[in-house]
Amino acid sequence: MSQLVYLIPLFPLIGFLINGLLWNKMPKSLAGIIGSVAILASFVVSLGIFMEVKSPNFHGPVIVTLFDFIQSGNLKIPFAFQVDALSSLFLLIITGVGFLIHVYSASYMSHDEGMVKYFAYLNLFVFSMLLLVLGANYLIMFIGWEGVGLCSYLLIGFWFKKREYTNAAKKAFVMNRIGDLGFLVGMLLVLYYFGTLSYQEFSGALTSGHVGVDPSVYTAIAICFFIGATGKSAQIPLYTWLPDAMAGPTPVSALIHAATMVTAGIYMIARSNALYTLSPFTLHIVAIIGLSTAIVAATIAIKQYDIKKVLAYSTVSQLGFMFLALGVGAYTTAVFHVMTHAFFKALLFLGSGSVIHAMGGEQDIRKMGGLGKHMRITQMTFLVGCLAISGIPGLSGFFSKDAILTAAFAHSPVLYVLGIAAAMMTAFYMFRLYFLTFTGSFRGTEEQHHHLHESPAAMTLPLIVLAILSVVGGYVGLPEVMSEHNLLNEYLSPVVKNLAEAPIAAATEWMLMGISVGVSVIMIFMAYSINKTPNFVPNKGLAAILENKWYVDELYDTMIVRPIEILSGLLDRYAERMGIDGSVNGVGKLVKWGGDRMRLLQTGQVGFYIFIMVMGMVVLFALSFLWIK
Amino acid sequence: MTLVLLILIPLLTGALSFAVKGDAAKGLALISTMATLAISAIVSAGNYTAPPATFSCEWMPQLGASFSLLADGMSSMLCLLTGIVMMVVMISQVNKDVERPGSFYGFMLLAQAGLMGVFLASDALLFYFFWELALIPVYFLCSQWGGEKRIQVTFKFFVYTFLGSLMMLAGLIFLATRNPGANAYSWANIVHTGASLPVGQQMWLFWLIFIAFAIKMPIFPFHTWQPDTYEQSPTPVTIVLSALMVKMGLFAVLRWLLPVLPAGVDYWSNTVIVLSVIGIVYASCIAIVQTDIKRLVAYSSIAHMGLMCAVAFAHNGVGMHGIMVQMFNHGINITGMWLIVSMIENRWGTRDMTKLGGMASTAPQMAIALVIISLANIALPLTNGFVGEFMLFNGLFGGAFANHMTVMVIAGLGIILGAVYTLNMIQKTAYGEATTMVIAKDLSINEYVGLAIIITLILFLGFYPKPLLDLTASVAGMIVH
Repeated sequence: MSQLVYLIPLFPLIGFLINGLLWNKMPKSLAGIIGSVAILASFVVSLGIFMEVKSPNFHGPVIVTLFDFIQSGNLKIPFAFQVDALSSLFLLIITGVGFLIHVYSASYMSHDEGMVKYFAYLNLFVFSMLLLVLGANYLIMFIGWEGVGLCSYLLIGFWFKKREYTNAAKKAFVMNRIGDLGFLVGMLLVLYYFGTLSYQEFSGALTSGHVGVDPSVYTAIAICFFIGATGKSAQIPLYTWLPDAMAGPTPVSALIHAATMVTAGIYMIARSNALYTLSPFTLHIVAIIGLSTAIVAATIAIKQYDIKKVLAYSTVSQLGFMFLALGVGAYTTAVFHVMTHAFFKALLFLGSGSVIHAMGGEQDIRKMGGLGKHMRITQMTFLVGCLAISGIPGLSGFFSKDAILTAAFAHSPVLYVLGIAAAMMTAFYMFRLYFLTFTGSFRGTEEQHHHLHESPAAMTLPLIVLAILSVVGGYVGLPEVMSEHNLLNEYLSPVVKNLAEAPIAAATEWMLMGISVGVSVIMIFMAYSINKTPNFVPNKGLAAILENKWYVDELYDTMIVRPIEILSGLLDRYAERMGIDGSVNGVGKLVKWGGDRMRLLQTGQVGFYIFIMVMGMVVLFALSFLWIK
Repeated sequence: MTLVLLILIPLLTGALSFAVKGDAAKGLALISTMATLAISAIVSAGNYTAPPATFSCEWMPQLGASFSLLADGMSSMLCLLTGIVMMVVMISQVNKDVERPGSFYGFMLLAQAGLMGVFLASDALLFYFFWELALIPVYFLCSQWGGEKRIQVTFKFFVYTFLGSLMMLAGLIFLATRNPGANAYSWANIVHTGASLPVGQQMWLFWLIFIAFAIKMPIFPFHTWQPDTYEQSPTPVTIVLSALMVKMGLFAVLRWLLPVLPAGVDYWSNTVIVLSVIGIVYASCIAIVQTDIKRLVAYSSIAHMGLMCAVAFAHNGVGMHGIMVQMFNHGINITGMWLIVSMIENRWGTRDMTKLGGMASTAPQMAIALVIISLANIALPLTNGFVGEFMLFNGLFGGAFANHMTVMVIAGLGIILGAVYTLNMIQKTAYGEATTMVIAKDLSINEYVGLAIIITLILFLGFYPKPLLDLTASVAGMIVH
């Protein structure tokens, strides 16, 4: 089965080619079917591979080499895929959640004139993400890595007539490219010191421990890779593109935030766990950046009024949690949260899409309210998503978030306290969103009120499936105090294991759980009491700063974007036109000036010419004498 | 004998073209370029299985010069590129009218003959002869079919490049006269003579020869002729200049400088690398503020050539191999860029990006082609640009010179700045609402075919670069060792 792994990216590629080449001929409904079936086919193969990897007969990773991609001298990089526990798990998440998003899109986008193009892009997106997780070496990962960057660019700017949308697309691509440069330098370092980009050879060299490489090199590589991860997974300082990426169609946000793209950074670090384990310094940085991002993004989410913006900052914040987990060496826990987050965040985004659909394109929660009466399924599934992300016991988010906080506690209580603070805010802003949207009375226009309706089955079915997954998805990773078997950790253990920490007493662990559940519940009640009778006054002070996202965009604009533009303008005007070209022209003018003067020597008098000739010969004669001596 | 055909076909059909009128000249040129492409494909294919083809006959024995040609991997790859690009140019010209087509296509074919000669010559004097033969037709093309400021700009271009050529000629004569004989100008003799010169002499000879190549590529700060010339030239000529003639400079460095003056190269390589890398960042920054698409593409090309030139002096096998690949890919991609630019200019009557927009709504096929070619231009993976650029960065990073890693990171800024100006260009031309009342027609059949060839190559070589890598592997290895 694992020899057929190339089929998994091949199906979406074929889907992309069919829809892409026939973009102006294909009927819309057929495009949706082709796109969805392609992902479904990949999902089926992924499931088969997952079963194979899960069976006890599976030994070690299987490498499937397709052909030599780059070969030059000693450099040999094959186009190869690696099947193991980590990649097979990501395959399931990507194709599974991806398929649901495709089905939902087929209905959501059915009125859009660019639907065929949309499905072509969507398939290409999944294809790139599959390459990213399937590659057996960093170069193939990089291909997928930049590929998802491109697809997000195309999809964020999908409605290309609006300038702000294409601006957002451009911003996403450029910010990702900054990260990509880090990744590229990291790869070149690996190549330079280890002569390979293959995961197996690289981690083999690291674990064998006698490569004769200075430990500072590990740190350099790990930091470079992490720079790449901050770009793709929207961490400080490269996170500002993700909230702007809301410009694309809503199902795209679900795809970017849940199944693909932003999880790439987590995958990369989990994949390179052997490297990060050797560089405790980098792990500290990862934990600090992750935690800071979790907190900063959560504070911003509290004061946003756009339903998608709240969810976007919540993604940034949740990704921060995942990096916190990575930073404390809980690699599998981070992967666990990737999985549960994929379920509930896809659910929440698709739910918000259903809301926006009903509201006729309105995204401002100040103009919503009481939608639950009109769209029961959306309301209930959205509630499940909110409960899951807030970490209410029994739902998937509880288990994964709790595992992260416990690991943080084992590492340092300070990390734990700050993590709890971020988790508190999460519960608050999610339920603020829920209450403002679904409960109370409707605040929009009469026309919108009239238009409110539940979405068609093609949209609600994926919501229901995702809601079920958001509930049960956590039981694969039960904490030690509840069960001896953490299925996920056992499954991943051949590839990636959590770093050992001093064990925590069972009583302490129960207590930690109690605290995090307690604060979440309190926050939900607070969100209810504040937003029961909403009263929107213009924000002042700190609230205004939060509404304006700490003014980070403005800061980047004045600190980086404007200076580069000004410098470029100055270079063009002064260095280029006046300086370099000016001096080239100056030389030309000088020659012309000299020529004009020399012309005067052409007197037309033969006697003068003979005189000059003789003088010249004398000089030459004298010179040749000097030369011989 | 096939090698001689590569030069003879364009030379004879070019000469013939002057006597032909109207559409016949267009047809003649198209057929001629197709024939040349077929032969260069045969020559390239031969390199996979047999040793490189050669040709030699007497030319000027008194001077020590012979008519010797050699088509190794690098030469045949560049001949193939020339063949493809010239054919695509002729295809794209099918529905366009130029004044005095007989002379126009005549000069174009003569330039092609010169280019083929430069890439094939294995005799220094022959090399110089073709170098000038390629330049002169381009001079006439620019000065007679160019834009408003053509006379002034072409004059600068001509004087600038001609000055370099003369210095190179002096250098080559110096080398040949050190070791005279019937084969004084043969590549083997020039290499032998040059390499055995004392370091002191190699040091100044280096600049005598390199200036010509540096101007041609062009390398910062010898580049200012280029944006003006590209801007003023008619598009087919711009394509010949940017896709092919700049490769002459780089090719010449690899064939007629690195092996000839090894000690001089060692001495000056840091200087050249620093200049090149400054050029990458400098040209990329300037590209950001351009509003004329032609100037934007011109500066982007300077940045790309800067990277290749830096790696040429980095003394690294993978990097050298990357240059080979990237010479080809850059030629393909920039041809595609210019084709689109000229289509924009034809339809909307302007190249000013502030006045453009909405191409994706009015001419979607063109917009798709623009996006794909632009992405190849910024080396997105699975386009041809990526493979070469990755190998180039790898070569720079592992290069044998001071601070090689830092230098690579600075050069790497080019990939971020490149994304900025390229995406700006896409946004301003393709996206947004249509800004003008012009009803733009989407691609005509011949434009479609031309772009389809380019895009097929972009995607195929991006996914499967092996044919290109295999063709040039042995030459890359030989230059470095």
